[in-house]
Amino acid sequence: MAMQRREFLRLAGLGGIFLVTGPGRSALAAGEQSQAEEFTFVQMSDSHWGFSGPAVNPEAAVTLKKAVDEVNGLAKRPDFIVFTGDLTHTTDDPQERRKRLGEFKEIISGLTVKDVKFIPGEHDASLDNGEAYKEFFGQTHYAFSHKGVHFIALDNVSDPTASIGDEQLQWFGAQLAKLDKNDRVVVLAHRPLFDLYPQWDWATRDGAKAVEMLTPFADVTVLYGHIHQENHFMTGSIPHHAAKSLIFPLPAPGSVPKRVPIAWDPAAPFKGLGVRGVGAAPAKKNLELTEYPL
Amino acid sequence: MSTKSKLRALLWIAALGLSLCCVPWTASAQEPGVPVKITAKKFEYNPSEITVKKGVPVVLEFTALDRLHGFSCPDLGLRADLVPGKPVTVKFTPEKAGSFPFHCDIFCGDGHEDMAGTIVVTD
Repeated sequence: MAMQRREFLRLAGLGGIFLVTGPGRSALAAGEQSQAEEFTFVQMSDSHWGFSGPAVNPEAAVTLKKAVDEVNGLAKRPDFIVFTGDLTHTTDDPQERRKRLGEFKEIISGLTVKDVKFIPGEHDASLDNGEAYKEFFGQTHYAFSHKGVHFIALDNVSDPTASIGDEQLQWFGAQLAKLDKNDRVVVLAHRPLFDLYPQWDWATRDGAKAVEMLTPFADVTVLYGHIHQENHFMTGSIPHHAAKSLIFPLPAPGSVPKRVPIAWDPAAPFKGLGVRGVGAAPAKKNLELTEYPL
Repeated sequence: MSTKSKLRALLWIAALGLSLCCVPWTASAQEPGVPVKITAKKFEYNPSEITVKKGVPVVLEFTALDRLHGFSCPDLGLRADLVPGKPVTVKFTPEKAGSFPFHCDIFCGDGHEDMAGTIVVTD
C-alpha cells in the first residue's frame, strides 16, 4: 500500500526531517554487528550539466559548483557521497556527451570528500545504453557495504524503456541473498521503483519486481532522483525518498497539466534546489534525512 | 487575376498556414474500426490530440518516422513500442469520457519530456 508524504509523516509522528524507515530494526547479521557505527553520507542528484535554459536557471553554469561548495561546507564531514543520476543533460552528439561527462567529473573533483559513488540517469545513459557513462564512471550497478549498512545501486535507465531488466534483477537477487533479513539495506536508483506518476513517466517498468524482492527485508530505504523535488512515499514498509535537483525543480506529481520546469524566481535564486544529508545510526530505527537548500 | 485579388489570395493562404501552425493537430475517430493514423518522431506525435467517442471501438495506427519511440496512456491502460517503419495498431473501446494524456515512454533525446498528447473521449 502506498501513501503520500503528509500521511507518511503523520504516521511517523514526526512531521519533520527525521523519518522512520521501517517497522523496526533487528540486529545486524553477526558478521556485520561489530562494524556497525554511526555515520553520515550525502545524496546529490540531477545536476544536468550542459543544460541551457535561462528561464528556469540562468545560473546553470555555476549551480553544480555551488552544490560542491555547499557539501564541502557541511559542519559534519560525510563519509561518502552518492550521486543518483542525470549528472549531465542529454545530447544526441556522442562527443558532446563525453565532453559534458568530463566537465562534470572535473567539477565534482572539487569535493573534499573523495569517496563519491555514481549511478546514471536517463540523460546520461539512455541514448547509448550507458556506453559513454561507463568510460567515465565504471559500472552502472554495483553493491557495497559501509559500517554495517548494505548499499545496492540499481540502473533503471541504461535501457531506454526505463527497465531494470531480468539480468540485473537476477544479480540484485543474488546480492540480497547474501544478506540477513534484518540487515539495513539502502537501495540507490535514478527513477522511482514504484509507480509514482506514470502519466509523467515517473516510474520504472519492472520496478515492482525489485520492490517485491526487497519486501522480506525489515529495514530497507530507497533513495532516488529523477523527479527534481523532495518526495516521500511508502510501498508497504519501504520508504522511498526522492532528492531535490541541482538544476531546476519540477512540479509536484500531477499538480499541473504538463510536466514543465518551475520558472526561476529572481527573488529567490536557486529555490527548490539542494542536497541531502543522510545519517545512519545502529541504535536508531531510522535514517535521518536533512535537506540542505542551495 | 488583379493585383488586389492576388494579394487577397496570398493573405488567405498565409492565414491558413498560420492557423495550421498555431492550432494543435487533432483527429477524430468517427467511424468504428477506421484507424486513426498517428506519426511519431522527435519530439512529437501528429496528431497530438485525438478525439474519440465513448463506447465506440477505436483503432490507433502509429508509425514511428525516425527512431524507436513509445506510446503510453496509463489512464486508459494502453502502451506500445513504436518501431520505426512498422505500423503499430492499438485497439481499445473507451469506457469513460474525459481527457487522457499520453506520452513517449522510451527515452528519445533532449525534448523527450515534451513528446506527449491527449486522447479526448466524448460522450
